[in-house]
Amino acid sequence: MTSLVWVEHDNKSVKDATLSAVTAAAQLGDVVALVAGQCCGEAARAAARIAGVTRVLLADDAAYGHGLAENIAPLVVGLMGDFDAFIAPATTAGKNIAPRVAALLDVMQVSEILSIEGPKTFTRPIYAGNVIATVESRDARLVATVRTTAFAKAAATGGSAAVDSVTGHGDAGLSSFVGAEIAKSERPELTSAKVVVSGGRALKDAAGFEAIIMPLADKLGAGVGASRAAVDAGYVPNDYQVGQTGKIVAPEVYIAVGISGAIQHLAGMKDSKTIIAINKDEDAPIFQIADIGLVADLFEAVPELTAKL
Amino acid sequence: MKILVPVKRVIDYNAKPRIKPDGSAVDLANVKMSINPFDEISVEEAVRLKEKGAASEVVVVSVGPAKSAETLRTALAMGADRAIHIQTDEAVEPLGVAKILKSIADDEQPALVILGKQAIDDDSNQTGQMLAALMGRPQGTFASVVNVDGEHVLVTREIDGGLETLRLALPAIITADLRLNEPRYASLPNIMKAKSKPLATKTPADLGVDVTPRLATLKVAEPPMRSAGIKVADVDALVAKLKDMGVA
Repeated sequence: MTSLVWVEHDNKSVKDATLSAVTAAAQLGDVVALVAGQCCGEAARAAARIAGVTRVLLADDAAYGHGLAENIAPLVVGLMGDFDAFIAPATTAGKNIAPRVAALLDVMQVSEILSIEGPKTFTRPIYAGNVIATVESRDARLVATVRTTAFAKAAATGGSAAVDSVTGHGDAGLSSFVGAEIAKSERPELTSAKVVVSGGRALKDAAGFEAIIMPLADKLGAGVGASRAAVDAGYVPNDYQVGQTGKIVAPEVYIAVGISGAIQHLAGMKDSKTIIAINKDEDAPIFQIADIGLVADLFEAVPELTAKL
Repeated sequence: MKILVPVKRVIDYNAKPRIKPDGSAVDLANVKMSINPFDEISVEEAVRLKEKGAASEVVVVSVGPAKSAETLRTALAMGADRAIHIQTDEAVEPLGVAKILKSIADDEQPALVILGKQAIDDDSNQTGQMLAALMGRPQGTFASVVNVDGEHVLVTREIDGGLETLRLALPAIITADLRLNEPRYASLPNIMKAKSKPLATKTPADLGVDVTPRLATLKVAEPPMRSAGIKVADVDALVAKLKDMGVA
């Protein structure tokens, strides 16, 4: 079985999420990487160095510059004659494109796979991760997205695949890119950080979040996350959100500060290796899954913790 | 312009799903069911567009068992004008739902279809994208701002790392993210009024759509339980634990 893996990139380097998708695809058979974009030759060369990638297809065209699903999906479908599977990381980009590809191929997508049990059998989370379903695809071809925290990252170097240029249908003329606001952060990326410090509604406001959470995160070299309540209240931008509808993280250590632990939040972090909770409500559900709990007022405990580290 | 809003009846987001003893499926008997929270946001957005004069009619549609009619009545009480219920007792996958919606869209010719970004039961996040593919129209997924501008719609999307804005040619398909709006509560008079709004009932067969599942669920299981942890007495004890783990 040969899979075509969608490479998420910034024109120069390959994003970590792709490395997890490569690991998943390698369990199924040969892996060919697709790098689509505008002026993304450097990303294609980076993809060629990923261990396990046997070949890279490079589609370099202005139409693919902003990852518009209307332009990318026909490109992928045009290439799928040679492949048994299309695999994408379950990032917002992957989730946007893969179902469009699946429908054009008339197959059901398997979303957010956690493990590969057989060539057509997978596990995946449903009901906010409260249930794990084992599903078998009956379609001739497979389209799947990969829960990136469930698969180890393939080595970014060691491979030496050939890069071949491919062309698609170009611009479908249905959509265009207007602009983007990308949050700038010096901190580690949330989904790949070894330590994550997350804050909830109890921080009271944006200033509280900045004053309490950020110094602790910086002390630990940690990524910063937030509950939906903190995001909705405007303490931090929405791309900090950890949970069923935000980012899924599985760091070595997850420190939940002032987060009660609603199931929608737990869905995004309960695979963390060690969970630490700081909350003044000793009955908060977060303590039922926390490895280490501290019942204390976060406004006193967290600055003290930061000072003592 | 007409807006089509698909809504799904799902387990209430506060209810904890129970697995049937034989591990075949989640037991939905006697569990509180509600409109999928993301679909509530879609209905709200469609009704707001109508209130702003950007839309003339809001049609809601649901695929599911007889009780999905209650979900449609909820959407009608929020301000939708009429409903279409595609009644089936089978669980229909996103691909099947997308085909049903395509058939309805062919008939109704909406300028916008607004779906939720995902249903909180199967967590698939596929139907909107699949519908856009089948209709050959553009998609604005994970939308947090929607502005209709003549023959186009500007959609701001929540992406990893921030926001991006796309310009889509109408007709277009949009999927709503959490921050698109704050859905309204249906008032009692509106709930009463909703009872007399038109609700048409059809079946997938009436539309000529084959909804045979492509994925077989072999089993469902509880995720691995985390073992109970410890509570530490004070910050010093927590610092010691972090140092033991080599984090600090």
